[in-house]
Amino acid sequence: MASVSVTVDGVRYDDDVEARTLLVHYLRENLGKVGTVVGCDTSNCGACTVLLNGRSVKSCSVLAVQADGQEVTTVEGLARDGVLHPVQQAFHDRHALQCGFCTPGMIMAAVSFLADEPNPTGEQIREGIEGNLCRCTGYQNIVRAISDAAAAMRSGDTAQPAATEVSV
Amino acid sequence: MTVTDERPAEVGAPRRRKEDARLITGRTNWTDNIVLPGMHYMAVLRSPVAHARISHIDVSAARSRSGVVDAFTGADIADFQGSLPCAWPVTPDMVHPNRPPLAVDEVRHVGEPVAVVIARSRNAAVDALEAIDVDYEDLPVVLDMEAALAEGADLVHSDKGTNKSYTWIFESGAAGTGASTDEAFAQAEVVVKRRYKQQRLIPSFMEPRSVVVDPTGDVITVWSSTQIPHITRFLMSLLTGTPEHKVRIIAPDVGGGFGGKIGVTAEEMLSFFAARRLGKPVKYTETRSDSLVSAHHGRDQIQDIEIAAKRDGTVLGLRVNLLANMGAYLGLVAPGVPLLGAFMYNAIYKFPAYRFECSGVFTNTTITDAYRGAGRPEATYAIERLMDELAVELGLDPMEVRRRNWIRHEEFPFTTVAGLTYDSGNYEAATDKAMALFGYDALRAEQASRRASGDQVQLGLGISTYTEMCGLAPSRILGALSYGAGGWEHAAVRMLPTGKVEVVTGSSAHGQGHETAWSQIVADQLGVAFEDIEVLHGDTRTSVKGLDTYGSRSLAVGGIALYQACQKVIENAKPVAAHMLECDVNDVEFSNGSFRVRGTPGEGKTLGDCALAVFAAHNLPDGIEPNLDAEAVYDPTNFSFPHGTHLCAVEIDTETGVTKIRKYVAVDDVGRVVNPLIVEGQIHGGVVQGIAQALFEEAVYDGSGNLLTGSFVDYTLPSAADLVEMTTDRTESPAPGHPLGVKGVGEAGAIASTPAVVNAIVDALRPRGVNDVEMPCTPERVWRAANLSGGAQ
Repeated sequence: MASVSVTVDGVRYDDDVEARTLLVHYLRENLGKVGTVVGCDTSNCGACTVLLNGRSVKSCSVLAVQADGQEVTTVEGLARDGVLHPVQQAFHDRHALQCGFCTPGMIMAAVSFLADEPNPTGEQIREGIEGNLCRCTGYQNIVRAISDAAAAMRSGDTAQPAATEVSV
Repeated sequence: MTVTDERPAEVGAPRRRKEDARLITGRTNWTDNIVLPGMHYMAVLRSPVAHARISHIDVSAARSRSGVVDAFTGADIADFQGSLPCAWPVTPDMVHPNRPPLAVDEVRHVGEPVAVVIARSRNAAVDALEAIDVDYEDLPVVLDMEAALAEGADLVHSDKGTNKSYTWIFESGAAGTGASTDEAFAQAEVVVKRRYKQQRLIPSFMEPRSVVVDPTGDVITVWSSTQIPHITRFLMSLLTGTPEHKVRIIAPDVGGGFGGKIGVTAEEMLSFFAARRLGKPVKYTETRSDSLVSAHHGRDQIQDIEIAAKRDGTVLGLRVNLLANMGAYLGLVAPGVPLLGAFMYNAIYKFPAYRFECSGVFTNTTITDAYRGAGRPEATYAIERLMDELAVELGLDPMEVRRRNWIRHEEFPFTTVAGLTYDSGNYEAATDKAMALFGYDALRAEQASRRASGDQVQLGLGISTYTEMCGLAPSRILGALSYGAGGWEHAAVRMLPTGKVEVVTGSSAHGQGHETAWSQIVADQLGVAFEDIEVLHGDTRTSVKGLDTYGSRSLAVGGIALYQACQKVIENAKPVAAHMLECDVNDVEFSNGSFRVRGTPGEGKTLGDCALAVFAAHNLPDGIEPNLDAEAVYDPTNFSFPHGTHLCAVEIDTETGVTKIRKYVAVDDVGRVVNPLIVEGQIHGGVVQGIAQALFEEAVYDGSGNLLTGSFVDYTLPSAADLVEMTTDRTESPAPGHPLGVKGVGEAGAIASTPAVVNAIVDALRPRGVNDVEMPCTPERVWRAANLSGGAQ
């Protein structure tokens, strides 16, 4: 067993874990942070993406012990004081999710991407989230949502963006 | 309560989804989240070989591992494990081999379960698999369908004497739905014949399948990541001998399905047996690698298709001969999947004669079964590819050939050569809209100039004018096709005393947005607020009956049941309202959420007022049951027939073979739209799944029957970076057969898009002598087609 001290969504945890424990399994099984999910076993799908010290990582590709002394943010810790993060809000407004299984990872990847590229083109967004697979949406509304969120974050407006038009 | 002002219609509004609140914040309830006191975990040992006799198997070492509580083999449960079900015996003489959840003497595909371990932790269960000792004696491996049908072929099931499961034939002359196909071909001025290959695909829902079985209560409760909780309850009861009322199935949040979660699976049954044996809750969650090799695959057909026409482009007849790979056994509805396509090869065209023949073939591969569209994408692909080939043969524009043959809007309802009556549609309107959005003529001009200049990048234009049959399905037709169940759907509406509403639906959503769309329908019908409606589904204890979700049926069938249940609630409330309004029941009218005395303006009584009145029941008219709640079951009288025109422009770099989608326009007519946001999302996702078949995905086996695409490294789902923004629009031809006018949208995109893309690729390369590129059209295949002599690769 190995000891790990990690802050997850603002709460500090001290645990002993099997050294082989992946961060995603630690989050789900030890901490009950089941908002973060496992979609594959080859680090392709990105469903398990969380922020490690503010940067996106696939939590299936990180050992829990590698997160020792660090700060993890999951989709459960993104909203503040009951207000959705602009990316969450934009995913809702733009219908950027259907079954929702890829959504936690997609949102966290988008949050990290927008920290690096606050004013992205559609093409940059597509490149930026290519490590996250979605089977439902065809990505079109995800790209729109991330673009909307970027605009909202640039204007510092975390309130609900104006209702968006639907082209159907 | 007071009567509210006229509220805007909910149906047609782009309501943001109720489901999202939990999904974007991680407050979800996936099956794998469930943890119960004393819960054990199951791991499954799978066959590493495609066909072998199990000469020796021993789980004793695994059983003695730390943390392990049980381990068993097929032989240990052989006397009661039975066979996983196939519910669609398409012919009376269909060869239907047993499919035991755990192989007993013989394995017939890589990934077939051979033993399980149950332990107190997931890790302990998985670790102990390596202690299981199995000896396999190789048997001949059967992979190629045509070889499998040859005289003297090796057999997947040696006791059956054949690799053919069934042959199913339809002929319009014999059926009385059209002319004799042979005579039609005898009159042909032009015959075009092609062979198309529908590669094997893997549905690839994002949530791996998971099941938890809890045997500790008075009933056995099963949580499963399934599309079909009600069908699973019925079948699991029969298969395990557990009385049906003692089995409860819950499909909690389910992360996608696309047909891939239609089935009663080996893992569900094994978890059930393990839980019952141990008296403890048991959980099994597959890894993605498990999933790709063991959850059912889709498509995998060889299509020989032949069209007879006159020189002016008028079609005379169509012949289709299909081989459908069933895999090693028969999946729940697998034999019927090609039949769902059988009625669609004639598509939107007025064929006078049609013959269809399909044989289901066993091979040593993972089973196939329904995958988004199930039979209809295959049919649409073949006919839409062939219409392009006919156009080339005749020197006509491909859209012109279609126009000369399609059913005109004034000809609906139209009974086709396959015997279906298409109720409505307007192919002209959808096509005109799509052509305008696409800029067809300008793109053709650019294509000509690129061809003339010998540009390295060539442009191709692809058309798909599709229809589909969905809203599965009229029970009588399913019966006539020997399917094992009906096609009705159930809904219930419960009026709570505070005026809130609970809606129960028998279809089981896994991304479709039922909670939102159903709320919109009920809000309009009952005049209650969208927010005051709760939609319940996916639990056989609350949703007591239903036939679940597949075949674009939830709205087109379940939505009508819901509408009817709403009408019954209004009827139930009428005498109560009349009593409160002190008028005769015949003088009461209901509109905009209120009962009023006919012709009298001002305050009336809402359904909520009536609900409170029957809750108290202090002052009801004599003989009135204190109840407003109602349920309805709707059995459709016909399928529904969405249609549309999809246009795709591709740029092909002839030196690298890379295909880039330049423009994609989809104009779909799915009848009346309840929520345009949800409809657009369904089209986006469907179109991309179809594009993925055209360009990216294929399940590949090596010569020994190993699945080479056994992980997401090799089974290449497209990412956002592989795709471009598409343009969507719609026309609206309401379904005339029922009051909502809806048609279903779940499969349309996936049915339409594949031929649009491949037609565009072939069109780009046509001057180089190319008349086909096999799917998926990878850069290598496209490059070979573009650059090697003869064109067709």
